[in-house]
Amino acid sequence: MIHLNFDITLNGGSQNFQLALNTFIKKGSFTTIYGPSGSGKTTLLRCIAGLETPQNGFIKIEDIAWFQVSKINFTPQKRGVGYVFQDYALFPNMTVRENLEYALKSNQNSKILDELIEIMELKPLTNTKPETLSGGQKQRVALARALVQKPKILLLDEPLSALDAEIKSKLQDYILKLHEKYELTTLLVTHDISEILRMSDHIIELKDGKVLKEGAPKEVFGHTEINSNFQFTGTVLDISSEDFIHFITVKIGQNNVKVVADKEEISNLKPGDTVLLSSKAFNPIIQKMN
Amino acid sequence: MLFMRWSRLTKSYWHMIDFEPILVSLKLAAITTLLLLIIAIPLAFYVSQTKSKFKPVWETFVSMPLVLPPTVIGFYLLVAFSPNNAFGNFLKDTFDLQLVFSFEGLVIASIVYSLPFMVHPIQSGFQNVPKSLVEMSYVLGKSKFKTIQKVLLPNIKPSLLTGIVLTFAHTIGEFGVVLMIGGNIPGSTRVASIAIYDEVESLNYDAANTYSLILFGITFAILLSVYLINGRTYKNRIV
Repeated sequence: MIHLNFDITLNGGSQNFQLALNTFIKKGSFTTIYGPSGSGKTTLLRCIAGLETPQNGFIKIEDIAWFQVSKINFTPQKRGVGYVFQDYALFPNMTVRENLEYALKSNQNSKILDELIEIMELKPLTNTKPETLSGGQKQRVALARALVQKPKILLLDEPLSALDAEIKSKLQDYILKLHEKYELTTLLVTHDISEILRMSDHIIELKDGKVLKEGAPKEVFGHTEINSNFQFTGTVLDISSEDFIHFITVKIGQNNVKVVADKEEISNLKPGDTVLLSSKAFNPIIQKMN
Repeated sequence: MLFMRWSRLTKSYWHMIDFEPILVSLKLAAITTLLLLIIAIPLAFYVSQTKSKFKPVWETFVSMPLVLPPTVIGFYLLVAFSPNNAFGNFLKDTFDLQLVFSFEGLVIASIVYSLPFMVHPIQSGFQNVPKSLVEMSYVLGKSKFKTIQKVLLPNIKPSLLTGIVLTFAHTIGEFGVVLMIGGNIPGSTRVASIAIYDEVESLNYDAANTYSLILFGITFAILLSVYLINGRTYKNRIV
């Protein structure tokens, strides 16, 4: 169990920003921190990692205080969390393998490196320098490096935001696989709703440095009343009308789906909105494809 | 044609000049550069990372030798090192070290005088390395020392080279400080720049010319090599 109860004020240019929260994160859970830019998501992760120091309160991990105002403040070195930064922060002077080796503790067996290289399919890249890697490859290296020391807590700061949909989906699989294999408590910062619904079992929604909502994904997004067995989230691409029939084109993953809608439904939708598509009455047809 | 006359002119007294001042200059520059490298790396790291209110004060101290007349630095070091003074006396009694009019004194004076030439390039190198690399190294459990050694220094090689070469060249070109604190003792504190001044004073223009040519050649070669090497490094980097 992680118990976060602190506040921190950052002086950023013209105005100060304050993040204040009191929340619990269950051991082994996959928690998403969701909210608009500037709501304090990254600051929250940085406080846990020890890169920012709160002005008040405490951070407790399994009853051990990592931070207690003016008493205890573990250095980032001592906290030993796994952390993937938004810019990946791969060391440009080291090859992929050297980046992973650098993360080893002084007496740690290097067997873990081969294991992670295997899981993350990095074998062909081990002697490559980071500057020639693609975004998805960098992300895999950063993720593998974050797990070398077998941390209990994994912090992911929008690791997938810059990647295209196909690679994103593959990396989500990797992350889920690692989360289970190493029994991690994972905190993921994102503002991609489909990612949240796919990955997490707990959501903390932040706005202006405060917790707006908290709970299981469906509670937070208010979909509990839909008792359906078939639902997807997607993005509205286009709304068109022919006579009295209206069509909404929705992008779900890689596919564009055209849905018939009535006047009332299209009235509060515009392209770019995120929508939930569900079907109650029909059972979907399943066909094997391979 | 001009070159031939020039070489005849120089050849005629080539054997007459004493090479010791050149060697003293090179030795002083090498030792100063090495010691300053050791001092400047932690200092530049501290100044580049600190959020302390005193950061501007530190930066000012480091930059002072850029604008202060060398005679001012030389004068205060002379006063401080003088055996008539408490500090100079302490050095003499405890370590049997006399820093006035000695080679050791010159080394310390050169370190002070060339400090900004080493600290500034390294500091700006450190500041150009993304902050996230340093933070990531800490998160991975690595100490500051290891972070500097394995992450920062390998990524600022052009800045290191600039600092080393500028310090070396600047120490060779030093005059005022040496004159104040070192005097003109052959084989010990008589560096090339002082030797030139000395030869001119005794109207030995030929010898002064030879020393000057050698210094001109050395500094030109050193600076040219920096620009060549750094130019190549930057071109090959994809940032």
